[in-house]
Amino acid sequence: MAMQATRDFSHYVKDLGSGLKHIDLAVEGVSCAGCMAKIERGLSALPDVTLARVNLTNRRVALEWKQGTLDPARFIDRLAELGYKAYPFETERAEASEAEQSRFLLRCLAVAAFATMNVMMLSIPVWSGNVSDMLPEQRDFFHWLSALIALPAAAYAGQPFFRSAWSALCTRGVNMDVPISIGVILALGMSLVETVNHAEHAYFDAAIMLLTFLLVGRFLDQNMRRRTRAVAGNLAALKAETATKFLSAEEITVVPVAAIQPGDVVLLRPGERCAVDGTVIDGRSEIDQSLITGETVHVPAEQGTPVYAGSLNMSGSLRVRVSAAAEGTLLAEITRLLDNALQARSRYMRLADRASRLYAPVVHATALVTVLGWVLLGASWHDAIVTGVAVLIITCPCALGLAIPTVQTVASGAMFKAGVLLNAGDAIERLAEADHVVFDKTGTLTLPELEVTNAAEIPADVFSLAGRLALSSHHPVASAVAQAANARSPLIGAVEEPGQGVRAEFDGVEIRLGRPSFCGAAALAAARADVDPEASIVAFSRGEEKYLFAVRQGLRPDAKAIITALKRRGLETEILSGDREVAVRAAAAALGIAEWRAGVTPADKIARIEQLKRQGRKVMMVGDGMNDAPSLAAAHVSMSPISAAHLSQSTADLVFLGKPLAPVLAAIDFARQALHLMRQNLLLAIAYNALAVPLAIAGLVTPLIAAAAMSGSSILVMLNALRARSVRRS
Amino acid sequence: MEVLVILVPLALSLGLAGLVAFLWSLKSGQYEDLDGAAWRAISDDD
Repeated sequence: MAMQATRDFSHYVKDLGSGLKHIDLAVEGVSCAGCMAKIERGLSALPDVTLARVNLTNRRVALEWKQGTLDPARFIDRLAELGYKAYPFETERAEASEAEQSRFLLRCLAVAAFATMNVMMLSIPVWSGNVSDMLPEQRDFFHWLSALIALPAAAYAGQPFFRSAWSALCTRGVNMDVPISIGVILALGMSLVETVNHAEHAYFDAAIMLLTFLLVGRFLDQNMRRRTRAVAGNLAALKAETATKFLSAEEITVVPVAAIQPGDVVLLRPGERCAVDGTVIDGRSEIDQSLITGETVHVPAEQGTPVYAGSLNMSGSLRVRVSAAAEGTLLAEITRLLDNALQARSRYMRLADRASRLYAPVVHATALVTVLGWVLLGASWHDAIVTGVAVLIITCPCALGLAIPTVQTVASGAMFKAGVLLNAGDAIERLAEADHVVFDKTGTLTLPELEVTNAAEIPADVFSLAGRLALSSHHPVASAVAQAANARSPLIGAVEEPGQGVRAEFDGVEIRLGRPSFCGAAALAAARADVDPEASIVAFSRGEEKYLFAVRQGLRPDAKAIITALKRRGLETEILSGDREVAVRAAAAALGIAEWRAGVTPADKIARIEQLKRQGRKVMMVGDGMNDAPSLAAAHVSMSPISAAHLSQSTADLVFLGKPLAPVLAAIDFARQALHLMRQNLLLAIAYNALAVPLAIAGLVTPLIAAAAMSGSSILVMLNALRARSVRRS
Repeated sequence: MEVLVILVPLALSLGLAGLVAFLWSLKSGQYEDLDGAAWRAISDDD
């Protein structure tokens, strides 16, 4: 291509007013203080830049500059010179609202913690004064002060719980927040009445402390999801979803995919992945649609051929007209399947909700029975109600509210280190229950990159020469050869013949790399194809010497070991692939997976998963690619490698990074450990309450006992959660 | 016990000052990049 493309990032630039512009960039590989200083210094050195600040937590750079001649593309180039790959970043609405929610929770937590400390400061003299010689007037004064602090603080800090409880009640449901809200409101109301009546006990301290502990749990939960969202957002930006758009017949510009409209014409060069759906209007090539269909055989593309986002262009340049979201396309079909599958998933009930559904009626019934019991025994209504409220306070699910988020936070931190990102908060519970793992083959068990499988058969000098020649080709198969040969310096004077191969002169002999027919090795290649029908063949000739390279997607390096380990943990494994039978059979045999199906469509995959579900299996689907998105959503729990098309990234419960398959195993181990600890924590919380409830029913609960029970059980549960950091290796 | 008239408001206003300081630090974005802040403290260029 002779045309030089310009880059247009204006879509991402924000105008701050008063002549200042702002852009956020996601940067790959920023991990230390050194990088941070290097990037900030490097970017600040550009003229007109007024701010360059790296955020090491979410790996982004915020830049501000004076409006004028400076092109934002310059920042990207500057970062590339410094050795970092960067890409403009647009905060998704979901991420922005999570960040806002997280700040709100932190404000609530701050208010509640402030109030707890000050109310406690007032409560301790009252507790000690009640057994010594405090004047009733002094006690009332302290109670009134406590009320003055606790009531407004609870009204503000309790909002997250009151709102959620109200919306649950409006839909005639019960969640964890209903007993919490009732407990807090009753405790505060009763304390106020008791204070007015100059009574000995008030429970302002217990109510506000309860809110503080619960807000800690909420904040941890929120923060875990926010971190994952930020990393996933960066990865989406770093996948550099750009397209080369024709401004006119001769003028092209690189724009973000978000700025592409249906009807635009884009250029797809050899070796590029298509970022849009559309139809070829000009050009001739072969495309690899393995990300979309799972099929590894290349499809010829010419005028009229539909191409989908995620397709890899292999040989020639194509002009593609971007299609409107037409009904009946592959994408529309997949989206429809996806919606259905996601609806089915939402019926799953989280462990915490299940616990609260059991817990709330028991607690409320106990309180009611306590009140009635005391009245029947001859106590006054006032005393009976005070005792009943004490039961509610002491059983308020404080530790219960912490039991699950603390474990989730610790476990997700551990998974993060193992290269697994959590997309859904309740994925840990579902993952721990999985007993049947369904793998997609292409891009999941195999690596999305191509590799040379017969490197050992080729003399080293030939290999390195072929690699250097391959550097001059745009063809993805050729780049696999170049990479396998570790080639660095291209041959001078190499000529690429589009759709055929590359040729050059070396030591006076003509060398060629490309199609077997281009190198005069067609007969040799035909024989080879029978041995390994899956591989793409690239021929190399030096004068009369001919060599063949077999290139294909290799298995992930540790795939066999991980499959064996999964089996040892009692999980069944299975392959469902859209690829041809020969390819799938070979992979299944190599990995020792007995159960496999080839040539499966997205609808067939869902049918198979439904069938397994009816047999009572909890299916974990590990897959990538657009064709897997609906089956990922249909499965009990799902996981995707990060290289996948962006559609599947958003539906998988977990995503993993890097070449090995080990994160799949690590995720299962951590999830099982975490579920074990969650259950243990729930039991601990309930046992702790069970000790205190008889005291409450007997009318012996003083505010001191309520406070001790609440903080004791909460701290115990938090400490137990820390054990989710490590897994005992069996 | 008249000292309470001074001590209680003093204690409360100190607590309130702490809360206001925290909310201000939250608002000014000091918790946006906890990892980076840890490293900035030991970098020597500014």
